Amino acid sequence: MAVQKLPLAKALNESLRKALETDPKVLIMGLDVGKLGGVFRITDGLQKDFGEDRVIDTPLAESGIVGTAIGLALRGYRPVVEIQFDGFVFPAYDQIVSQLAKMRARSLGTVKMPIVIRIPYGGGIGAVEHHSESPEALFAHVPGLKVVTPANSNDAYWMLQQAIQSDDPVIFFEPKRRYWDKSDVDTDAIPGELHKARVAREGTDLTLAAYGPMVKTCLEVAEAAAGEGKSIEVVDVRSISPLDFDTLQASVEKTRRLVVVHEAPVFFGSGAEIAARITERCFYHLEAPVLRVGGYHAPYPPARLEEEYLPGLDRVLDAVDRSLAY
Amino acid sequence: MTVESTAARKTTRRSSGAKRTTSAASAKKAPAAQGAEPELVQLLTPEGERVQHPDYDIDLSAEELRGLYRDMVLSRRFDAEATALQRQGELGLWASLLGQEAAQIGSGRALRDDDYVFPTYREHAVAWCRGVDPTNLLGMFRGVNNGGWDPSTNNFHLYTIVLGSQTLHATGYAMGVAKDGADSAVIAYFGDGASSQGDVNESFVFSAVYNAPVVFFCQNNQWAISEPIEKQTRVPLYQRARGFGFPGVRVDGNDVLACLAVTRSALERARRGEGPTLIEAYTYRMAAHTTSDDPTRYRRDAEREEWEAKDPIQRLKTYMENEGHADAAFFEELETESEALGKHVREVVRAMPVPEHMAIFDNVYADGHALVDEERAQFAAYQASFEGGEAE
Repeated sequence: MAVQKLPLAKALNESLRKALETDPKVLIMGLDVGKLGGVFRITDGLQKDFGEDRVIDTPLAESGIVGTAIGLALRGYRPVVEIQFDGFVFPAYDQIVSQLAKMRARSLGTVKMPIVIRIPYGGGIGAVEHHSESPEALFAHVPGLKVVTPANSNDAYWMLQQAIQSDDPVIFFEPKRRYWDKSDVDTDAIPGELHKARVAREGTDLTLAAYGPMVKTCLEVAEAAAGEGKSIEVVDVRSISPLDFDTLQASVEKTRRLVVVHEAPVFFGSGAEIAARITERCFYHLEAPVLRVGGYHAPYPPARLEEEYLPGLDRVLDAVDRSLAY
Repeated sequence: MTVESTAARKTTRRSSGAKRTTSAASAKKAPAAQGAEPELVQLLTPEGERVQHPDYDIDLSAEELRGLYRDMVLSRRFDAEATALQRQGELGLWASLLGQEAAQIGSGRALRDDDYVFPTYREHAVAWCRGVDPTNLLGMFRGVNNGGWDPSTNNFHLYTIVLGSQTLHATGYAMGVAKDGADSAVIAYFGDGASSQGDVNESFVFSAVYNAPVVFFCQNNQWAISEPIEKQTRVPLYQRARGFGFPGVRVDGNDVLACLAVTRSALERARRGEGPTLIEAYTYRMAAHTTSDDPTRYRRDAEREEWEAKDPIQRLKTYMENEGHADAAFFEELETESEALGKHVREVVRAMPVPEHMAIFDNVYADGHALVDEERAQFAAYQASFEGGEAE
């Protein structure tokens, strides 16, 4: 049974199970990851099957979780840390930025930090404050960290395997509003490279670059635009750091137009980096400036306003039209 | 999975004394490290009997007792209404205080008007004591705001969701009170889970060093979502205070009289310039962590039933009835008032307007910001582009 249709959350659960089975040094740490199986059930059943020594309910202190994961990594373990929600990672930010990210360089390459920090991120689930944020740029900006985010179940399964196998710290952002979306997972496939982008839909008139929760939105945009005779290519960026500019460049050289979409605020967001690099690489191919659609420079709004804040079909289509109008 | 790894798991899971383990999982059921049962300040037993304590006495009139009872009943009614409203889809989420009424009303009624409160997100009954309109608390749970009241109106700070952050704010506020030479005090609420956070421990350090007039009121409700108190500490929480250099006391958190007496005493101590106190109100989270949580996955019904017998409201009712402090008419009137409160809350919540979309851009800065202005204008133009046309 190599190919199964699984919700993204279940694919992550299967991936963690596989990692625990494959490597006795893999540990899972976090709040409520044990008996409860995590608030999103990503670790459901794992403590029951692998024991409390490997699936560890920690004290309620994010800095403590990441700090002790660093110590465990120094001792030869491969901790997979769960941060319960995006907005709760910041007590651990000091450990991540000042310690985790720099350890390899400070040790002159003698120390490895094979730590994965899983963070459910993004909005769209009607949650209260601190439960809907997209802080990926705050991590991508830090040398020493790798930042990835899957958009479908197969990538969830494989990218998490690859992140756990990596000897570098990986911030693994999980698109929480897509946890329940089902798609095929091929557990026997030979996965592609972790840090490579993927053309999710081919097109000729314009490229939409997105990752995580916005890939689905962009595919819907492409479908809607096709009805109006516009052929849109969708690139699932997958890895934010490092970022696969070659795949983006090839796409933009074909379509000559690029719109970047993410939930995070546009200002100093990852779209800014993509726009700058693609402009450098594709200056003579571009028919329009690279446009960005994302969150506003305002705190994530209360749930009843989030549909206005988040990039949806209409706002992305609007940007597509603006780009095509150049 | 190999046979060997399965066997290895079984060995480690048993983790007998012979095998040295260092993981958190191997910690035996704490807090037993101290040997003797820690002392619990109690003035009213679960059976409703009034008992004396050498350090904390309290003398309340029948009217004051009825007041405390009324506060607890109305808080519980409000809480039940909010839970129901969540089930009806009117609220996105609710964090119930069920079972913690005595801890919150006892401590809340110990405060003076000029004292200042820093709550978590579950201090609905403390808000009640401060005179905050209960429906104001529901905005963030309905998703129409992220706080939504002026903290200075009732000296009741905004709810704080990130655990423990507010204990440092409370300490800083108390440092300011001391600098101003005022004799008011500050109270910081947090829970057993948050007690593990760095911020909480740092607030203990700062408040001790600066002798800040702050009372740390920890409601130990035994559960941080699915994690029992043993995952946070090996000693009773109140004993941690000693190491930071100030007194700690454990109070029966389901005894409103004891909570009132102990908190009054700690506040007076703060006013006298003698610095912080840690109060551990030993109580129980009778409901789920929030309406999103399912406690049947991780805790026994029997445990809840044991705490049911220690109910804070019932014990005060028994006491008042036995002593003749309240008659049938009082309870009937309260029942009517309770239902009226429920109805009021329902009506207000259902009528709560969704804010104007443009509110996203309000109050981001005090002095304005060019980018916000630009985005606001773009957003307005974008929205206007749909007017008259078809919106997808």
